[in-house]
Amino acid sequence: MADRSGKVEIACVVNGEKKSLRVFPMARLLDVLREELSLTGTKEGCGEGECGACSVWMDGQLVNSCLVPALQAQGSEITTIEGIASGERLHAVQQAFISCGGAQCGICTPGMVMAAINLLERTPHPSEDEIRTGLAGNLCRCTGYTKIFEAVVRACQATGGAV
Amino acid sequence: MEEQFIGRPVPRKEGREKVTGQARYVDDLRFPGTWFGATVRSECARGRIRGVKFGEGIPWKELTIVTARDIPGENHVALMEHDQPFLADAAVNHPEEPVVLLAHPDKYLLEEARRAVHIECEPLEPVFTIEDSLRGGEVIWGKDNVFKSFQVEKGNVDRVWSQADFIVEGEYRTGAQEQLYIETNGVIAVANPDDGVTVWGSMQCPYYVHKALMVLFALPANKVRVVQAETGGGFGGKEEYPSMIAGHAALLAWKSGKPVKIVYDRAEDMAATTKRHPSRTRHRTAVTRDGKLLAMDIDFVIDGGAYTTLSPVVLSRGTIHAAGPYCCPNMRIRSRAVATNAPPHGAFRGFGAPQSIFALERHLDHVARAAGLSPEEFRRRNFLHAGETTATAQVIRENVNLNQLMDRALQASDYAAKSERYARENPGWRIKKGIGFASFMHGAGFTGSGEEYLASEVELEGTSEGIVRVLTANTEIGQGTNTVFTQITAQALGIESDRIEIARPDTRSVPNSGPTVASRTCMIVGKLVESSALGLKQKLVQAGLLEEGYTSAEFARSCRAYNETYGPLKSRAQYQPPPGIHWDDATYQGDAYGAYAWAVYVADVAVDLVTYEVRVNDFVAVQEVGKVIHPVLAAGQIEGGVAQGIGYALYENVVWSNGRMVNGQMTNYIMPTAADVPPIRVFFEEQPYAYGPSGAKGIGELPMDGAAPAIVNAIENAIGVSICRIPVTPEVLMEALEASEEVARRG
Repeated sequence: MADRSGKVEIACVVNGEKKSLRVFPMARLLDVLREELSLTGTKEGCGEGECGACSVWMDGQLVNSCLVPALQAQGSEITTIEGIASGERLHAVQQAFISCGGAQCGICTPGMVMAAINLLERTPHPSEDEIRTGLAGNLCRCTGYTKIFEAVVRACQATGGAV
Repeated sequence: MEEQFIGRPVPRKEGREKVTGQARYVDDLRFPGTWFGATVRSECARGRIRGVKFGEGIPWKELTIVTARDIPGENHVALMEHDQPFLADAAVNHPEEPVVLLAHPDKYLLEEARRAVHIECEPLEPVFTIEDSLRGGEVIWGKDNVFKSFQVEKGNVDRVWSQADFIVEGEYRTGAQEQLYIETNGVIAVANPDDGVTVWGSMQCPYYVHKALMVLFALPANKVRVVQAETGGGFGGKEEYPSMIAGHAALLAWKSGKPVKIVYDRAEDMAATTKRHPSRTRHRTAVTRDGKLLAMDIDFVIDGGAYTTLSPVVLSRGTIHAAGPYCCPNMRIRSRAVATNAPPHGAFRGFGAPQSIFALERHLDHVARAAGLSPEEFRRRNFLHAGETTATAQVIRENVNLNQLMDRALQASDYAAKSERYARENPGWRIKKGIGFASFMHGAGFTGSGEEYLASEVELEGTSEGIVRVLTANTEIGQGTNTVFTQITAQALGIESDRIEIARPDTRSVPNSGPTVASRTCMIVGKLVESSALGLKQKLVQAGLLEEGYTSAEFARSCRAYNETYGPLKSRAQYQPPPGIHWDDATYQGDAYGAYAWAVYVADVAVDLVTYEVRVNDFVAVQEVGKVIHPVLAAGQIEGGVAQGIGYALYENVVWSNGRMVNGQMTNYIMPTAADVPPIRVFFEEQPYAYGPSGAKGIGELPMDGAAPAIVNAIENAIGVSICRIPVTPEVLMEALEASEEVARRG
């Protein structure tokens, strides 16, 4: 129920931790993550679901957090870029982005990493076309995407396809 | 010394922070008690401000409101001319011109307040096109609407038309292009009369912002501090505009006494900030029967928008590159940057050169046909060689071999076989294939005497912990500044790269090493880093604290010993022009650039005659950029620039209505996605440049120049219809095809 301010209580799991938040029901999940939880790794590029810089996982699905109302996060399990490395140990995809030059200015990188891991979970050994299509919802203005494709392939090789 | 660090793909210095989301961009910075700032902008394109109305239902007393009258210093953005105000006072000259600033702790209320402010404007007749501006019916800037003009002369164009076997004319146009960095412009400011002004922001050139704030607040240099936050792409779009937004946030902070953050949303960023200058180029070219260029008469005009900003220097680079890498005895290049009532156009990767090179490389395919030669053979007969002179009478001293670049590009792209096959197979198919190329060059560093005026300085510091800190004002904006400077320092000192720190650009601590623009960071500033590192080492050797053959640990010990005995260990280097470089600003003659990068790019396209879509199926980029410092970063620069060039050629269409961009969203301004880019195959020839660090030249802008003409040349190759403007949207293609069918029908 909403209180007098109009805020509601939301319970969800973020990066493996239970969270209870008082937020406006139509607040963007992106703002809740960045402002309430200080998880600023998730970026805003366009605010209209075009660029994918705000990509996070919600119950295993890749979503644009700028388009998700906070209310929809009730009871869900959310993973952001901050939940990807295990302590100091980087995920194979993160490592591959560094070795292949998949990150330049870095602003699309968190969303791109989330999309790339999600792609490999759905399609363990993607073809080049599958990589292109799988990442087409995440815009990068720096790389021309080539090094990002290489990073995805490198990550597959490093893990044998298991992410 | 063995090259341990140069030429190797060492990991990006700040890569870990970027892939884990720990890198802090301006919107990620948190200051207690921060208010948000908003900008109220003009709707009118040109007019006199009659009043500002604050609507009902807003608790105006809670807001900080700033107008031009609140400015403590001078109300102009310090850059080249003093014509652009931070806040319009009496007159507005373009849509989206800032007039009133608002700040409040609640950003939702702030947005309501912004919408409740109404600027009353008495409209004046606006000018929106290059043609109307040149016609001068309405004078909106200076005496004649012309911000700047140049005339470059070589030989005597007027005398040779009668000797020509062929004369070919053409007109070419390029549209505006949005930089579309994924991080929008943003700053946070803290300002008060006691401490002065401090700004953290997304930017390419901290000292540009520093200078602008000094003038805006009438403060001395030591009372203004500008710090670059991690920056999510620039491409020129964060060269001059950050001065404006920094000034706005600082004015609000000054008046409110609170830290103020302004981060544009995408719509505001696209509507209000700079874009690539639209252009029109006219060519008249004389050729002899044997396919040699006899005369090139070029008229190049760019639309500068409402204020001067950087248009004179954009025009300069576009002018100098307008004749390309060709030798022609008689040339005249006339150029003008003109005013229109649109938001000012500004820096964007390539800086005028992509516009004039598009025109030239399209035109030369037409000239080749007129001379009865293939596009390839025509260019081979006219390429510049060492010892020959450019349009500005610069003698090429580099050992350039454009024929070799051409050989490699045509071979890698399978050009000959594909040309033959497409010509044979295209008839009868709905999808027509084509292949085309562009050959071009790009000068690195500031044009002419620009680097001498800048007189850039860098400093290196050896700390008592044995860490070498590199202090420059050059920003990491994705291109790899941090990594490349680390490599150059490690190479010069022979120490491990984890012993090297790149200081965050902060005007309080770093010297002014100039702006991060013009493909100058690696070649010009990198050379200063190298010299400064060698100077640091020399100090240790001369103090008797270091002997050749040292290890990283011994180097660290000697730094410590130096600090203990002599105090801080520092070494500075300042720019000195390479020997034999001469430039005359008055005649526009001489060595326009210390060095050029040279390239041949090939595009392989498919044109769908039903949907009018063009797809680039393969792209080959061959270039000579001196020594490649970091092969992965360098290839990344080329691939990214080519992708932007593909967008420029095919997708990125700024739609204007009364001086305003009407498709300012990522939904309807289309940049290439992962599904749109072809394999981009990058090849480097390496000819070390004597005055670059380890032989490197500039690279960043080059790839922006070649993709668009190569693609449109390939489209003509596919469909046999000439298109002389970009972007080639499906609508443009449809119109061109229908027009050519109409011509064919009329016979």
